[in-house]
Amino acid sequence: MDMRRPPRTVSDPKVRQVGFVTPSPAPPTRSLSDAPTTVAAAAAASASSPPSGEISLPGSSLSPVMIPPPRHASSDGRPSAPVAVPNPASSLRRDSLRIRVGSYNASEVVLGTPPSASPSSRTDNATSEFSEETMSPWHGRSGTAKVASSFPGSSGEMIVMKTSVGGGGGAGSTPKSPLTTASVVKTLPGISEKERDVLMGTQNDGAGVSKTLKEKTTKAERRALQEAQRAAKAAAKEAGAGVKPSAASGSAVVANTKQGKVVKPPSQKKDGPQIAPPSGSSEKKVVDRPPEKDRKKDVPAPRMQFDDKHRVEKAKRRAVVNQFEAKNRVELFRHLPQYIHGTQLPDLEGKFFQLDPMHPSVYKVGLQYLSGQISGSNARCIAMLLAFREAIRDYSTPPEKALVRDLTAKISSYVSFLIECRPLSISMGNTIKFLKNRIAKLPDTMSESEAKSSLQSDIDRFINEKIVIADKVIIRHAVTKIRDGDVLLTYGLSSVVEMILVYAHEVGKQFRVVIVDSRPKLEGQVLLHRLVAKGLNCTYTHINAISYIMHEVTRVFLGAASVLSNGTVHSRVGTACVAMVANAFRVPVLICCEAYKFHERVQLDSICSNELGDPDVISKVSGRQDLNHLDNWADNENLQLLNLSYDATPSDYVSMIITDYGMLPPSSVPVIVREYRRENLWI
Amino acid sequence: MPDLQALVTDFVLKLKRRKIEGSQATAKQTAELLRQVVSQQRMPYTNQASVLIDAVRAVGEQLIAANPIELAVGNIVRRVLHIIREENLSSTTAAMEGLGLTAGSDDDEGEHEDRPGLSAAAVAAAARSTLRAPSLQTLLEDIPESAVAPHPSSSGGDSEGKSKSADRSSRSKKLKHDVIEAINELIQDIDTCHELISEQAVEHIHQNEVILTLGRSRTVKEFLCAAKEKKRSFRVFVAEGAPRYQGHVLAKELVGKGIQTTVITDSAVFAMISRVNMVIVGAHAIMANGGVIAPVGINMVALAAQRHAVPFVVVAGSHKLCPLYPHNPEVLLNEFRCPSDLLDFGEFSDCMDYGSLGGSPLLHVVNPAFDYVQPKLVSLFITDTGGHNPSYVYRLISDYYTADDLVVQRNSTN
Repeated sequence: MDMRRPPRTVSDPKVRQVGFVTPSPAPPTRSLSDAPTTVAAAAAASASSPPSGEISLPGSSLSPVMIPPPRHASSDGRPSAPVAVPNPASSLRRDSLRIRVGSYNASEVVLGTPPSASPSSRTDNATSEFSEETMSPWHGRSGTAKVASSFPGSSGEMIVMKTSVGGGGGAGSTPKSPLTTASVVKTLPGISEKERDVLMGTQNDGAGVSKTLKEKTTKAERRALQEAQRAAKAAAKEAGAGVKPSAASGSAVVANTKQGKVVKPPSQKKDGPQIAPPSGSSEKKVVDRPPEKDRKKDVPAPRMQFDDKHRVEKAKRRAVVNQFEAKNRVELFRHLPQYIHGTQLPDLEGKFFQLDPMHPSVYKVGLQYLSGQISGSNARCIAMLLAFREAIRDYSTPPEKALVRDLTAKISSYVSFLIECRPLSISMGNTIKFLKNRIAKLPDTMSESEAKSSLQSDIDRFINEKIVIADKVIIRHAVTKIRDGDVLLTYGLSSVVEMILVYAHEVGKQFRVVIVDSRPKLEGQVLLHRLVAKGLNCTYTHINAISYIMHEVTRVFLGAASVLSNGTVHSRVGTACVAMVANAFRVPVLICCEAYKFHERVQLDSICSNELGDPDVISKVSGRQDLNHLDNWADNENLQLLNLSYDATPSDYVSMIITDYGMLPPSSVPVIVREYRRENLWI
Repeated sequence: MPDLQALVTDFVLKLKRRKIEGSQATAKQTAELLRQVVSQQRMPYTNQASVLIDAVRAVGEQLIAANPIELAVGNIVRRVLHIIREENLSSTTAAMEGLGLTAGSDDDEGEHEDRPGLSAAAVAAAARSTLRAPSLQTLLEDIPESAVAPHPSSSGGDSEGKSKSADRSSRSKKLKHDVIEAINELIQDIDTCHELISEQAVEHIHQNEVILTLGRSRTVKEFLCAAKEKKRSFRVFVAEGAPRYQGHVLAKELVGKGIQTTVITDSAVFAMISRVNMVIVGAHAIMANGGVIAPVGINMVALAAQRHAVPFVVVAGSHKLCPLYPHNPEVLLNEFRCPSDLLDFGEFSDCMDYGSLGGSPLLHVVNPAFDYVQPKLVSLFITDTGGHNPSYVYRLISDYYTADDLVVQRNSTN
């Protein structure tokens, strides 16, 4: 297990300087056989992190590229709390930027909203409470309670998920774990339990002050433990690994793969976008793969092409969901799956008690994907992770099987089920990759309960760090770009953009919002409801009128489903149109996207990789009964309806990408992907 | 006369209430109304052309004021004025030639004295002849006129003018008749413009092409169907054109003709345009600079087409050629439709209440009807007279309009 872990030393100091603009480079000569204890320090040095006091986010100088140093570097050896702890109430531009990335403190990041959890959802189980409240900001798309009601005992939770964003954001920020990504592998279960207790306490009394103190102690404790573990592990590794090449970087550049690269986490081949991974075969792929094969995995595996009849047949035989190919397919999109909508749901509901290998929570999430009740990549990701967390909690290793193998196989089967419900988003692929990586790296010596709790805390940490806190950082960054008198345009419903707008309003900025919407989802109406209810001045229009409305707009804020390595922004369909028109009118386009959604894949058009929605929704326009021209459209083979879900915005339309690592031009995306993957900080 | 007045007010009301759909129908009805105006106009012995022009102008002014956004009305009014001037000019020159006089310039002088109103027409005719495309015929025709252009200042034609009055009365009935004939021709042109345009379809649509359009335009439909009838097989992407969703109608019609049709949402235009060979759209009006006023959403399509170097073709009948140069057309030549097309009022009525607290409402809904497409985004105009570049539109306009008529309203108010 340890052998597979990539060494965290950095072999190429020149490359580092691309990512980090701070002037002190790493000492170029550093041998791999350094004493294990120096590894962390060396990594910190190579990350060229200045002394901790200066690691405030470089936001005060509003340069477009702001890549803060990696987290563990800044959190190493920091004696005390950051100097400027902004008061959330009075946190205006400059102050708020002094938060350090590595030392996220929940009390600092609470977005002005009081952390009052909804009392109705309070249960004895701290974890479930956490999960629901964290989910709430990303939920709340109005959906029918169809699935919920069909589901025994889950309707209460569904209601909770629909709670408003403000409360959800506040509550979601309370749980936190300041662990660094690189070193959490062996967080002791006890600590995570303690942390959860802390979490409970703060949520119950709602006071952030006492919490900070508690956090301090636990953090210190934990760090000591981690350091010890890391040292031990590194020693073991150095002893065991003889010929491991150093460059364990994560395959961002294809060319690198030729030069003997290793140690990808073994489960990576089965990463997200690959469609329908066979649940049975995953077991043998997961562990103990010889290193030669690992090389191939560095290039992301080609996704399943659905115009390949043979493979489709094979996949169909394995499928849990009965899928019927839709009629009148668009020729151009034969390679994407499209099934008759509405047939799967009742079928699946009927199968609920037959599918014993499926964990109920996974099943529930799958149904929610299928019905469209959960949409938006953050929401889907969190829902999936929480379902997996439940599944891991209830998991017990069957006799004569290893936890690592069996659990990975289990997760793979869950993933393939979710794919059948709805194709994975790229961010979900990244998340699954992360989880499998964690499972694969579990040491054999760990007991089952320890492993399970470690995984659960990993999941909690991922949600917290990569989504909740990342969003807060993005909000802090984005607010600096909003000036009084601005007219901000946004498209559709993006959870981050919504939080940015609400936060900017709370901070007291005077601005106006233009919400552009498009058929068939009309997500913008949901956003319009929420923003108007919060007192923001809104203008609503359809995407066709974008050329008209763009005259008055000064900034465009857009969310993204993923940012690809060539700077292409993969987002809800129509984003490219909005960005294009904004570009034509010389209006800056700011993409808000958490870094865990970055992906090393490249893409030039929207055709090759996309998702097809239900074509029927195009023929019907809600509230317009007179429009019945396309009824019975499927009867005519010359007529097809195409409901694309995503499109690819070329990078030259994007002025800036706001991520949790700072504000970057699109050309810096591969840097983030490469550097943070190498540091294991990316996901 | 009260009959005519009733017709005019009826049509004005229709225009004001936006009851007439489509610029072709508007153009045709305007032309028919103006034909009525001309035929019911009592003709004096002198000043016939100016009387007609004044009558048409008076009606035209009302019509344009009724719906200034529907540029086809103004176009037709201007074209009828142009017809009157042309007929007058040709009949006078013909008469002069019949009398064996040396040049038409004398006639102009005579008119200059009798009817000061028409002197402007003569000047305009001269101005137009300089604007007109320099074909061999116009060059030859223009030579005498331009040669004697300085003459009107001299006052040599007094006696001639009086001697001609009898001849003038003989051709006076002819003028009205000719004008009505010409207006009939115009109406016929408007009717048949689709055929003339769609005849060119085969030259532009190739086998196995992929064509994208947005919304519905009858011209586009006829264009595509004509290509299909000529045994071309191609594929059409129709963006539905929210908030009117006319694309659904177009898709149904195309499928009825056996054309492979795919309906996409408007937001998917950018995603699909990379696989499209040509964009063909209809227009609301073509401005004198080559810009296009088109249904909302088309500017987005044009920008996407430019990005992917896809030809952006506008098909439009010549009645849509507007001789005005646009200034801020997104605002000044636009109109707003009902917000309930976009938002259900019942659903958002509570949101509207928030506004009453602070004074101005918090929620605005913008539902414009038209887009303005810059000339640089247009690859080709296909009109009933053939294909033209955007830069050539001003020349076309000089064929159809007299420079003097360009501002209908201001002249009459003065």
